[in-house]
Amino acid sequence: MNMEDRMKRIPVREQEASIRAKNFDEVCIGYNEEEAIKEAIRCLNCKNARCIQKCPVSINIPGFISKVKEGNFEDAAKIIAESSALPAVCGRVCPQETQCEGNCVLGIKGDSVSIGKLERFVADWSREHNIDLSDREELNGKRVAVIGSGPAGLTCAGDLAKLGYDVTIFEALHEAGGVLVYGIPEFRLPKDTVVKSEVENVKKLGVKIETNIVVGKTVTIDELIEDEKFDAVFIGSGAGLPRFMGIKGENSNGVFSANEILTRSNLMKAFKDGYRTPIRAGSKVAVVGGGNVAMDAARTALRLGAETHIVYRRSEAELPARVEEIHHAKEEGVIFDILTNPTEILSDENGWVKGMKCVKMELGEPDESGRRRPVEIKGSEFILDVDTVIMSLGTSPNPLITSTTKGLDKNKRGCIIATEEFGETSRNGVFAGGDAVTGAATVILAMGAGKKAAKGIHEYLKTV
Amino acid sequence: MFKIIGKKVLADNLFLMDIEAPRVAKSAKPGQFIIIKNGEKGERIPLTIADFNKGKGTVTIVFQTVGEGTKELSELNAGESVSDFVGPLGRESEFVLEDINELKHKKFIFIAGGVGAAPVYPQVKWMKEHGIDVDVIVGTRTKDLLIFEEEMKKVAKNYYVSTDDGSYGFNGRVTDCLSDLIKNKGKKYDHAIVIGPMIMMKFMCMLTKELNIPTTVSLNPIMVDGTGMCGACRVTVGDEVKFACVDGPEFDGHLVNFDEAMRRQQIYKTEEGRAFLKKKEGDTHHGGCGNCGGEE
Repeated sequence: MNMEDRMKRIPVREQEASIRAKNFDEVCIGYNEEEAIKEAIRCLNCKNARCIQKCPVSINIPGFISKVKEGNFEDAAKIIAESSALPAVCGRVCPQETQCEGNCVLGIKGDSVSIGKLERFVADWSREHNIDLSDREELNGKRVAVIGSGPAGLTCAGDLAKLGYDVTIFEALHEAGGVLVYGIPEFRLPKDTVVKSEVENVKKLGVKIETNIVVGKTVTIDELIEDEKFDAVFIGSGAGLPRFMGIKGENSNGVFSANEILTRSNLMKAFKDGYRTPIRAGSKVAVVGGGNVAMDAARTALRLGAETHIVYRRSEAELPARVEEIHHAKEEGVIFDILTNPTEILSDENGWVKGMKCVKMELGEPDESGRRRPVEIKGSEFILDVDTVIMSLGTSPNPLITSTTKGLDKNKRGCIIATEEFGETSRNGVFAGGDAVTGAATVILAMGAGKKAAKGIHEYLKTV
Repeated sequence: MFKIIGKKVLADNLFLMDIEAPRVAKSAKPGQFIIIKNGEKGERIPLTIADFNKGKGTVTIVFQTVGEGTKELSELNAGESVSDFVGPLGRESEFVLEDINELKHKKFIFIAGGVGAAPVYPQVKWMKEHGIDVDVIVGTRTKDLLIFEEEMKKVAKNYYVSTDDGSYGFNGRVTDCLSDLIKNKGKKYDHAIVIGPMIMMKFMCMLTKELNIPTTVSLNPIMVDGTGMCGACRVTVGDEVKFACVDGPEFDGHLVNFDEAMRRQQIYKTEEGRAFLKKKEGDTHHGGCGNCGGEE
């Protein structure tokens, strides 16, 4: 391979922007076998692989890529399965640019290896070829309860099952997957194929999943330990409580949280014919916020037929969403109103949204987060003509579990306090990880936390 | 899957079901609700718990067919199952957490409008089980729509019925009935608990405010998950925005912004109605009613 070829990544096929803006099918089509092998050949197979250091679940990246090079996709899948239970998900939604790919040696002078797309290819191939990845140890007679079936819970449960534990996941919604089913849209992460089959893989390891169980209401953690005799508990209940701005008019008809729109669309499939749950996106939508959830909500509203604006108070450089998502949103026609902050939502005589009063902002001195603080420009008020507003200002942990569990400490933001290394909480035998501990973060960090807690639980149960 | 153990038709379009859900029955307390969903395409429907039996592991729900979802639910029979049934959700009624001796010194009046008799019943039953005498008013439009009469008589100290058309009991609305009890019959109450349609709760609260009776209401806004993750059910209580599914569903009725709550109930009204009509009328739906222009 010559130097020039080595430095350029094999492009990944995508649906045309003008077409995909009108459907909910997956945007990225992914590599085929030939493309995957070509991309894999670019990998230098570093001895001291920098990419692994930045993967929160430490996948043996050069290891699986070498197998892809050889066209041995089955062994590639098995190498990934040693570290990750959800590769088809992670290959799609991880912010690889700041993790594995961000640390790839090739990235210094050229394009880093498309590790995410290769992981995705291997996972999709192994699903399509029914590769059995359910290697596990004999049952050891100890039982672990996992609260929440999101990325943290699924990972923790999968790892514990492999070690021989009898694991039951308790999920509040009617379907397992957490943010993977209710939050991330179909066009980024297909539910029926990808998410369902990753959940099935965890079940194949012997993990039981009980849906429709709201821990803290249906059953408490204390009851799980005392009455149902679980030897340890992992809390991966996430951060699902939406924030609102507290501005005037926010309860007008036509103001939704991003969680509501996304839940209706993704979990309840309101966008599909024949599904009962209604959804209303209006004709002109403002999505307030600049994170990945804001992009997901905006691109969902766009697909429901609305003219869609992202309203964000800082400048484009500070948008917290992934670059790839911002790029996709723009290609599809989402309009970005940056340095703009809503001050009031206006409604008509029947209480329906008819506009949003905004003020222009400029960037001042950096604040404690290191980002330049947005400051109002005096006299710059204007009205954005919209009939729907979607608030995407972030989420915090639901207080249900901390308020119903004895001796479980939380910090002032409502997050469960747990150790970085093993996810140990203030309560003996109770571990926690993911957004429930950190506040809203990423899928892969939650998986990393689930992995660490599984180790922690294993160590703990050896001693009792 | 959750088995339907029993089903009764209480009145026109009004159904009762006993659902086998041992975990829910074990944890249920008066004032709480459940969410029911059937089938892959069904929606999540919140319903207040009408009764529960820890021994049998059953939870009783009562619902009116108002849209497609409840219509489909009503077509299921005993022996069949629903795919999803989650709860108990929301907070229990405040009195459950209070001191029994103090409760015995208070005079409670429970006021139910229409189907509201169903969620009022477990609360009155709880009172009876704890040796507390309470009065109950159940109001309906007409006698045929009255539900839970026998059950309620067993647990209430004094049981009053009011019908809008005078076909049974007191002739008039529940507000008139309460006024009559207080102004003409010398009754005194320290606390009112009111459950029914939003408009009825609003007018009742206007009256009890005038009469200076602290009042609790149970709100029924639009919900999706019912666990606090979407805010579809948000209501303004006093100066604060609350999520009815986790902070409620019961609130101080004198602080609830009912006009906003009623307005927010309308958000999907047209979609629900349309979907229902489309199914009911099938191909004749676009028959040219003159209003919709034949469009979806």
